[in-house]
Amino acid sequence: MMVNLKINNIDVTVPENTTILDAAKANNIAIPTLCYYPDLRINSDCRICSVEIVGKKGLSTSCSTLVTEGMQVKTHTPRVINARKTITELLLANHDADCTACAKNMNCELQKLANVLGIDENRFARVLEVRPIDDHNPSLIRNSNRCIKCGRCIDVCRNIQGVNVLEAMNRGHDILISPPFGKYLSDEFCTFCGQCSSVCPVGAIIEKDETATVWNALHDPQKHVIVQVAPAIRVSLGEELGQKPGTIVTGKLVAALKLLGFTKVFDTDFTADLTIIEEGSELIKRITTGGVLPMTTSCCPGWINFAETYYPEILDHISSCKSPQQMFGALAKTYYAQKENIDPASIFVVSIMPCTAKKYEAKRSEMGSTENNLDVDVVLTTREAGKMLRQMGVEFENLSEMEFDKPFGTTTGAAAIFGTTGGVMEAALRTVYEIVNKKPLAVLDFVEVRGMKGIKEASVDLGGKTVKVAVAHTLANAKIIAEQIKNHESPYAFIEVMCCPGGCIGGGGQPYGTISKTRTDRLASLYAVDVAMPLRKSHENPDINKLYSDFLGSPLAKLSHELLHTKYQPKRRH
Amino acid sequence: MTLDLMLQKYPASSEYLIEALRDYQTAKIDHCVTEMEIVKIAKYFNVTESKVCSVVSFYSFLSEKPKGKYVIRICRDVPCFVNKSESILKTLETRLGIKPGETTTDGLFSLEFTGCLGQCDHAPAIRINEKTYVDLTPDKVKAILSEYREEKS
Ligand code: SF4
Ligand code: SF4
Ligand code: SF4
Ligand code: FES
Repeated sequence: MMVNLKINNIDVTVPENTTILDAAKANNIAIPTLCYYPDLRINSDCRICSVEIVGKKGLSTSCSTLVTEGMQVKTHTPRVINARKTITELLLANHDADCTACAKNMNCELQKLANVLGIDENRFARVLEVRPIDDHNPSLIRNSNRCIKCGRCIDVCRNIQGVNVLEAMNRGHDILISPPFGKYLSDEFCTFCGQCSSVCPVGAIIEKDETATVWNALHDPQKHVIVQVAPAIRVSLGEELGQKPGTIVTGKLVAALKLLGFTKVFDTDFTADLTIIEEGSELIKRITTGGVLPMTTSCCPGWINFAETYYPEILDHISSCKSPQQMFGALAKTYYAQKENIDPASIFVVSIMPCTAKKYEAKRSEMGSTENNLDVDVVLTTREAGKMLRQMGVEFENLSEMEFDKPFGTTTGAAAIFGTTGGVMEAALRTVYEIVNKKPLAVLDFVEVRGMKGIKEASVDLGGKTVKVAVAHTLANAKIIAEQIKNHESPYAFIEVMCCPGGCIGGGGQPYGTISKTRTDRLASLYAVDVAMPLRKSHENPDINKLYSDFLGSPLAKLSHELLHTKYQPKRRH
Repeated sequence: MTLDLMLQKYPASSEYLIEALRDYQTAKIDHCVTEMEIVKIAKYFNVTESKVCSVVSFYSFLSEKPKGKYVIRICRDVPCFVNKSESILKTLETRLGIKPGETTTDGLFSLEFTGCLGQCDHAPAIRINEKTYVDLTPDKVKAILSEYREEKS
């Protein structure tokens, strides 16, 4: 049914159950918001979106009020503007508003709001009680002095991720968003998925910025600085630099990174292909030798952190394969070093990832030949990579496309879809099916495992046996999978788990403002990349086969085991 | 009563969380729920530790910090204020040697502010554990404190 109303005296017709906020938007009026975020629950805390409804006494919050027939809404009356100004001034009085010293400068919703409302001085005196900053982990920095208590991070962490690290403590003026017992994120609660950092409207949760370390390395003549780029970046870096969500920028991003000064620009897709070979072999081995099943994927450090923290009982079920990022680092400092005759100690490996948990992963002590020589030296998020390109003044759109460097440049469509939920499963099935059944697949697309459904299932025929597989994304869904495994009730043989909504295309390090629509756009683009690739199965990547014959030997063999596999540790104290 | 025994009195459903926290804390001499206890309670009711911390920090009657055997709560609202609650607070502070939010070194008394105790017509008022004292003067307060001290010895 349609509803007729007036917004600022203009007739408007919208479907029923539309909020005033959306009705105004559909008619080209943006009512400012602060606590509201499209995919999250509406808790109408901040009251910035207040509007006047003729005949109603107080102001109403447009993000939570539905339109009714004959309603008359005024979105920008002096009374409304005055209320918005007062709220914003009060927020600023209790805020560390040192904008130029904040990573969110020019990207901050509070700053934008103050600007739109024309607040250039504050009637209220500063009342901020300064609290310590939590920077005790490699991924995220939490600065409570910038928090405006909008509750978005609580919602993401509790309801999308099902982890519930962050909660509102105390009440009234003393409210503080914090992990339990006033502890640090690093105190065994957080998975470092960074979903909270991607929805925080201000600079209260941000990734640990490592751009300066990378600039230093790039200007150090003793260092051989190389970079790898994750599958999901080719469909999100363009967006970070102002292009449409989902724009495919593979060739331009290689050119851009060359301009920054990286000696070689490599593709993490290469080690994604390698992961399929190792993980596929591990799966076949587990199935044929009565090993621990189901086996889950291991490329997502958010999932690994979650399992180590909350499901230590199931660690045997996780593939021992390192993630593609870590396999790349390990090969860069061995295979590549030997091939090019470079001292491994001088090789500096940078990763560009959609992910804040990858920063944590890279610093794990298991991930390197020694603590001082880790596989990967620095991980940058999509946002940090965008920042460096802006700092360098790179005119991204004008760049000519370039190819990834060898020997880690030839990749397949199977590897490209690693960046989305269902992609690792599909890539694995393409390979495992052909190896086990010794015949080519008629259709490469496993549509059952595609799309945004929380848990997807499929069955495949492997050597005459029907094997059930599943794909889960978001940790709330991962929890369902983990419970089944823990209770020995899992009907599956192989499970892909990615921690972020939509997989890495929706990673915690992706451009700000990510919502369902942006995720679907990026996802569609990754499948488009897959279809356009000349090779679409990991086991047909000639450079992977060469890597085995020249260096590794065979899958799961001694050297592969040493370089490409790892172990997991229970993390909780209780 | 041990925590485990106490918990068994409640169905393992989160709606009993607040009740259980309150009863357990009241029964404890230091009137608080510690981190390890919160961990256990969270597990029992199948809620997260963050959730329990959030609840404990929301209600002023619940506390993560140990408190004295006797928790003295003094009303900070206007009716008590105009009836000289300030002098009552001073007396408590000097007699006990602590400020609101603190506990005496012998673990006997804690001093805290609270909202209205519903005794406005008999202001100023304080509450010691479950008992309310009204129409107070500094001398009455001194006498009450002595009573509690003697009870201990
Ligand atoms: S990083 Fe993820 S798990 Fe950690 S607090 Fe943020 S949303 Fe929760
Ligand atoms: S940390 Fe950010 S997202 Fe969380 S409540 Fe504060 S301002 Fe909102
Ligand atoms: S899904 Fe991708 S972006 Fe998210 S935590 Fe896992 S690896 Fe990182
Ligand atoms: S945006 Fe509507 S109340 Fe915050």
